[in-house]
Amino acid sequence: MKLVYFATVREAIGLSSEECHVPQDACTVGDLVARISARSEEHARALHDLSRLRFALDQEMVTGDTLLGAAQELAIFPPVTGG
Amino acid sequence: MKIVRISNAAIQPDQELAALTGLGGGALASFTGIVRDDGGVTAIELEHYPSMTEASLYRLIEAATARWTLLGAVITHRVGIIPVGAPVVVVGTSSLHRAEALEATAFLIDRLKTEAPFWKREHYADGSAKWVEAKASDEARAERWV
Repeated sequence: MKLVYFATVREAIGLSSEECHVPQDACTVGDLVARISARSEEHARALHDLSRLRFALDQEMVTGDTLLGAAQELAIFPPVTGG
Repeated sequence: MKIVRISNAAIQPDQELAALTGLGGGALASFTGIVRDDGGVTAIELEHYPSMTEASLYRLIEAATARWTLLGAVITHRVGIIPVGAPVVVVGTSSLHRAEALEATAFLIDRLKTEAPFWKREHYADGSAKWVEAKASDEARAERWV
């Protein structure tokens, strides 16, 4: 799966995207984010507080309890501030 | 008539709204968001999620046209570095009578602010920059439409 990061999450992790193998026991977006946060200190700092993060699965806004299914891309970012 | 446009260059509200005239309606309502001179801000920088942005704005227009009888709707959002005083976003709708266009325009900008994948960073005269935090008041305004 492709992971894409925006704004403060992108800056904290130091990457705009990376690839990730989805473990068999990671069923939801929240499960996968918990796994990703173990990748490095930077990942842990960027991803430790799920309540301050928002997610899009294959370009659709979702919540942390959404099932990953066969999705190809998970985006992780802070609450949006456009307009 | 539904138009969504993401622009890296300056946007002219009149040009963005021109497509809404001549549709036979009696009302054209619009909102233009402008970069505010907030405590020494010289410019803002808009980051977005290119593969998602246009689809998410189009979905907002679909939701508005399902709720109100509109003749047309336009959303144009600028991205990149935008100086103080310049337009960031233009939202416009046209309808037969004013109530639909006025409400649909408020709906579109309120929901855009909490659902469309844009992130804003303020740049200051001393060269520093700061990400803008989402506001609870924006969330409350968007929830009025649920």
